[in-house]
Amino acid sequence: MALSEEARARLAPQAAEIIGRYPRARSALLPLLHLVQSEEGYVSQDGIEFCAEQLGLSEADVTGVVSFYTMYKRKPVGEYHVGVCTNTLCAVMGGDAIFADLKEHLGVGVDEPTPDGKVSYEHVECNAACDYAPVVMVNWEFFDNMTPAKARDLVDSLRAGRDVAPSRGAPRLCTWKQAGQILAGFPDEQAAGGHTAGEPTLAGLRAAREHGWTPTPQGGAGA
Amino acid sequence: MSSILTPALTADWDQPTSFELATYRRNGGYRALPKALATPPDTIIQMVKDSGLRGRGGAGFPTGNKWGFIPQGDGKPHYLVVNADESEPGTCKDIPLMLANPQALIEGAIIAAYAIRASKAFIYVRGEVLHVIRRLHHAVAQAYEAGYLGENIMGSGFDLDLVVHAGAGAYECGEETALLESLEGYRGQPRLKPPFPAIAGLYACPTVVNNVESIASVPFIVLNGAGEFAALGTERSKGFGIFSLSGHVTRPGQYEAPLGVTLRELLDLAGGVRAGHRLKFWTPGGSSTPIFTDEHLDVPLDFEGVGAAGSMLGTRALQIFDDTTCIVRATLRWMEFYQHESCGKCTPCREGTYWIVQLLEQLEQGQGSDADLDKLLDICDNILGRAFCPFGDGAISPVVSAIKYFRDEFIEHRKRGGCPFDPAASTLFATETVR
Repeated sequence: MALSEEARARLAPQAAEIIGRYPRARSALLPLLHLVQSEEGYVSQDGIEFCAEQLGLSEADVTGVVSFYTMYKRKPVGEYHVGVCTNTLCAVMGGDAIFADLKEHLGVGVDEPTPDGKVSYEHVECNAACDYAPVVMVNWEFFDNMTPAKARDLVDSLRAGRDVAPSRGAPRLCTWKQAGQILAGFPDEQAAGGHTAGEPTLAGLRAAREHGWTPTPQGGAGA
Repeated sequence: MSSILTPALTADWDQPTSFELATYRRNGGYRALPKALATPPDTIIQMVKDSGLRGRGGAGFPTGNKWGFIPQGDGKPHYLVVNADESEPGTCKDIPLMLANPQALIEGAIIAAYAIRASKAFIYVRGEVLHVIRRLHHAVAQAYEAGYLGENIMGSGFDLDLVVHAGAGAYECGEETALLESLEGYRGQPRLKPPFPAIAGLYACPTVVNNVESIASVPFIVLNGAGEFAALGTERSKGFGIFSLSGHVTRPGQYEAPLGVTLRELLDLAGGVRAGHRLKFWTPGGSSTPIFTDEHLDVPLDFEGVGAAGSMLGTRALQIFDDTTCIVRATLRWMEFYQHESCGKCTPCREGTYWIVQLLEQLEQGQGSDADLDKLLDICDNILGRAFCPFGDGAISPVVSAIKYFRDEFIEHRKRGGCPFDPAASTLFATETVR
C-alpha cells in the first residue's frame, strides 16, 4: 500500500504537533508510528519512510524501532483486532480454551484478517486486568470474564457489523485505525463515556464500607 | 478494631464520574496542591521521606530519597516521568486507578515535579489500554483548563507541562531505564546503572521515574501529613497499598490495605478460595516474585516480611491458584512470557529464557528426565545477576520456586508421560454453575 500525497499532506500537521510535544524530536517516534498505523492499519514501508523524513532519521533506524514493539503490525490486520490473554493467570482461567476455540472458529492464522477484513486475532501478554480473567481485548478495549462462547459471539457480531461495547471502556468500540489516532495522542470524544469501575475494581472498597474502615481516624480519604 | 482495609486511593472509585475534575474536587481533590506550592520544595521532599513511602512499582525504593538525589542548581532541565506501563503479570492496580481517578495521579505529579524542580513531565502509559489513555488525556486537558497545569500554576510562579505518551507493547519498558530509552524514541532496552536516572535520565538530564500509585499517594501525604501515612503499615513498610487479588478467589479485585496485611486476612474479605477447592500456590507480587504456598498465608505482606519468607512484595499482585492448577503448565506459561518479552540485550536472559521454555515444554509433555530439573536450576543460576536489568532475575523466580515447592509434581509428569491435570477444571467457566 502506498501512502498517498493526500494522506501525507493530512498527516504532516499532526506529525508536527506530535513533535512539538517533546524537547527532542526523536521522542516523537513512537506516537508517529501509531499515527502512520492509524492511516494504513499497519506500519508500511511508506509509513516508515514518512516517520524517518519527519525526524531526519534513516529508514533502517526507524525499522529497528518498529520491530521491537508488538503493537506495530507490518501487515494489515482486521478492522477489529482481538487479543486473547494467554499469560498464566488468564490461560488457566480459560484463556487457552478461548484462544483455541477462536482460532478454529475464525479459521485464519495469528494476525491474519478474516477474508472480509473484519477480524484478526493474536495472543496478548498480561493486560493488567487479572481480576477480570479471562480477558480478551478488541482494539485495546477490555472484554472481561470471557468464555469461548462469548468470544465466538463477539467476533460474529463484529463481522456482522453489529454494535459492540466493551465491558470496561468506551461506549462505542472504535476501529483499529481510529485506535491508532488515540495512541498517537489525538483522543476521540469518548473519554467521559463508558465504564469506570466493574465489580472487582470495587470489591475492596465495598468490603471496607461494610466494616466502616477508613485510612485516617477522621474517616474519609482526605485526598 | 483497627482497619484491615484502608481505602484512600480507591475511596471514590464507585462514583460514576469519579474521573472528572469536578468530582475529584468535590471529594477533596486539589487541596494538597496549593498547600504544596506554598511550601519550599525541599520541605516537600523531606515530607515524602518522612512518610516512609516506598516505590509502589515493585522495587520498593524510598520515593523521597529518589527525589532527594536530583541535583539542584545544576542548570539542567529536570524531568518527572510517571511509569504507567503496568505489565507485570498479575498486576492490575494502576490501570483501574487511572480509569477511575486520573486526577489523583495528576495532582501527585504536579507536586512531585514542583518538589524536584521539573517543568516538564511525562506519563508513559502502556499502549494496550485505550480507554485509560482517553481518560488521561481528558484529565490532563481539564487540569490545564483549571490552571493546575501550564504557566504560573495557581499564581505560584511554577510552570509545568504534562504530556501523555503511549507505549507500543513491550514489557521491558516498565524497567525505568528502558522506559527512558523508549521515551527517547529508541528500542526499549535497559541502560547500565550507574549513572542512575536521577543524575542522567531522560536526555541525560536529572530525572525521577515513579510508579503511578507512588505518585498518586503524594497528595494524601501532603494533605494529611507524613505522620498520618506513616501511622499505617509496619516499621519499615509504611502506608497503604493496593493489593490485587486475582484467579481462583471468590471475589477477585482491588483491596487497599496497610502494608503488612496477610493473604489470610485478604482472602477472608474476598470470600476465600473458589468454593470446593483449596489454595495451592500464589504470587505475592507478580510473576517475577517467587511463588508462595498455603504455608505462607500468615506472612505479613510488607517488604521485610515477604523478603524473609523468600520472595518479594513486588506490586502486591496476588495471583491465586487452587488445586486444579498444574504447576508445570503455570511455570511454562510464565516462561513463555519472559522468553517473548526478553529485550534481547543480554545473552544470559535472551538465551536462558529460550532454553528454559524448551525444557519445560518437554517436562509438561512427560518427555523430560529428572535431571532436567537440575539443568533448569543450573540455567537459572547462570541468568541470576548476569543481566543489565532485573528482568533476568525476575524471570527465573517462577522456575526456581516452583521446583522448590513442587518438585514431585514435575517428576509425576515424567512418570505418567503427561500432565495429570484437566485444564478445563481450572477455568472460570468450569465452575460457572457453582458461582
